[in-house]
Amino acid sequence: MLNILDNKLDNTPDDTVNPVEQFLRSDRMPHIWCPGCGIGTTVNSFAHALIESKIDLQTLALVSGIGCTGRVAGYVKLDSFHTTHGRAIPFATGLKLANPKLNVVVYSGDGDLSAIGGNHLIHAARRNIDLKVICVNNLIYAMTGGQTAPTTPGHATTSTNPYGTFEPAFNLPHLVEAAGAVYVARWTTFHVRQLARSISEAFQKKGFSFIEVISPCPTLYQRRNKMGDGLDTMKYYKEKSKVKHGAPTSEVGLTLNGEIVVGKFVDRDRPDYQTMMRAQYVETLGERYIDVTDEEPETECVCG
Amino acid sequence: MKADPHGVLTGTHFLDGDHACCEGALAAGARFAAGYPITPSTEVVERFAARVPTVGGTFIQMEDELAASIALQGGVWGGAKAFTVTSGPGFSLMMEHIGYAAMTETPCVFVDVQRGGPSTGQPTLPAQADMMQARWGSHGDYEIIALCPNSPQECFDLTIKAFNFAEEFRVPVMFMMDEVVGHMTEKVVIPPADEIEVTPRKHTKKSVEDYLPYGTNGDMVPEMAHAGDGYKFHITGLTHDERGYPNMTPQVQDKLVRRLQNKIRSAADRICLFEEDRLDDADVVVVSYGITSRVAQRAIDAARSKGLKVGKLRLITAWPFPEKKIAEVAAHVKAFVVPELNLGQMVHEVKRAADGKAKTYAVSHAGGGVHNPDEILNTIVEASRC
Repeated sequence: MLNILDNKLDNTPDDTVNPVEQFLRSDRMPHIWCPGCGIGTTVNSFAHALIESKIDLQTLALVSGIGCTGRVAGYVKLDSFHTTHGRAIPFATGLKLANPKLNVVVYSGDGDLSAIGGNHLIHAARRNIDLKVICVNNLIYAMTGGQTAPTTPGHATTSTNPYGTFEPAFNLPHLVEAAGAVYVARWTTFHVRQLARSISEAFQKKGFSFIEVISPCPTLYQRRNKMGDGLDTMKYYKEKSKVKHGAPTSEVGLTLNGEIVVGKFVDRDRPDYQTMMRAQYVETLGERYIDVTDEEPETECVCG
Repeated sequence: MKADPHGVLTGTHFLDGDHACCEGALAAGARFAAGYPITPSTEVVERFAARVPTVGGTFIQMEDELAASIALQGGVWGGAKAFTVTSGPGFSLMMEHIGYAAMTETPCVFVDVQRGGPSTGQPTLPAQADMMQARWGSHGDYEIIALCPNSPQECFDLTIKAFNFAEEFRVPVMFMMDEVVGHMTEKVVIPPADEIEVTPRKHTKKSVEDYLPYGTNGDMVPEMAHAGDGYKFHITGLTHDERGYPNMTPQVQDKLVRRLQNKIRSAADRICLFEEDRLDDADVVVVSYGITSRVAQRAIDAARSKGLKVGKLRLITAWPFPEKKIAEVAAHVKAFVVPELNLGQMVHEVKRAADGKAKTYAVSHAGGGVHNPDEILNTIVEASRC
């Protein structure tokens, strides 16, 4: 009875149909993002990753926080949750623990994930809970009008630092690697194919995966910092990005106009939260332990 | 439906209120809890952490109460019945997600074992000063249900009730204990599973094509789906239409927020539980709840032995406030006496509902202990003379 979408690109019957459209809530278009914004580009890469990875859409849930990127949850045709500011990761943690069969993606912005949600970010990485986090980093609070974020590079002009920022910014790949993430990559919105590939790779990993996407906010960041329009930003990303797979994350911090180190920085294995939990319970409780997945849910679900 | 026997510890036990609350949650079908330690509530989740791996569920200690109060809602949308447990300072942090649960109609239970406040206050000592916060603590207009047990037995019985209300109305239910009730140890009888009625999740039976996440079809409580069921639904804390899609018009806001209120208000008669005694001939009625109701009982008995016509009205449901009952009683009594472990919270509701038909006397206590029954008795005597 369920309409399971065929997520193979080459099976799309009509080549005039955008292959990404099947993943979107077309009835919610147009979206709210500004011309030149990079978030839509990341969604496009995400959709291609769904095609490439052939992931079962039935078991895929997407959780967002608040902000421009937080609106992604509202536009994807998946079980999708637009939660509160900063709390996408703990919501996703509960979702994954209650139903371990779900593949849970957290899709949110830099302010949401690393400022108000920063505590949750590092603890989820520490636990190695099996979540795929896509962090669209536009270096600013965009939804509220361009205020300084923990990711804003030094000397950038923002609405709350009109004379330039001076506090040091978070280097997010370094932060999440130190906290325990098993997969860490960074791309820009210029690197659409590499980004899609990284997302596909993350789907193959078990554990806390973090993909940072450097993305323009032409309206509030690029304009205020006299960095040109969307096309100028693409040129900047193209010219100043250096692919350095395996680069030490301590060396990938961002500056206002400098080099952007991109690539896959971390790809390692360690047991995820639920694997460790089960092992501990089996060891200490033996046959008394009942795994969540062994029990029928207590609902009168008839939908299968 | 009947309780899942896995979670039911049938028998006669000697339990404190915190542990009894945990057993009530397990009997009600709770299979997920997220918590953060805080006195005097921690024993609830300590017991849950020990018990739940053997009944097919999960406990996770989160990094703070903000995380705990939203992780539990992730658990609900993943298919579990879920709750969290805290005390005043943690309850303050959870307000954000009580609002989210109200807005997204996520059935769940928040247990608050009240202690002295404000701020860090008195971690190991009782108070009842979170009663208004339970009702109004998150921003915006919404309605919740709050229950107040006065014994370990009620901590068991009413926790089941709290989960059942949460499922029936798709609303966050506040379980308002206090430190004394949480830590007092008494006999708790846990019946066989087949004698415990639990309300199942209101899961939709509609087809994917027909399902609207917030469609109500005349019933004020929409049907739920869980992540992974195939419905590809969207949930948001933004004002949303029946599809769950954001909508910023005053019309949709009005329709949604009024429904969130009315689904509880229209059922208030059924939700409002109270215990009454000797109201028939009463001149004065003592209105109390939680541990204070047990102190008040002694004052009521003493007043009766003095020949004063005193009745008892114990609030089991604090919210929605049983204003109809208070109004009825106000019509034929002289006064209400309202002792509580705060400087005046529920007394204002009593006064509002009495609407001038009977006088209202507060017997306030800042917390850190319970009333001396004589304080309540003295006010009863004063009220009898009015």
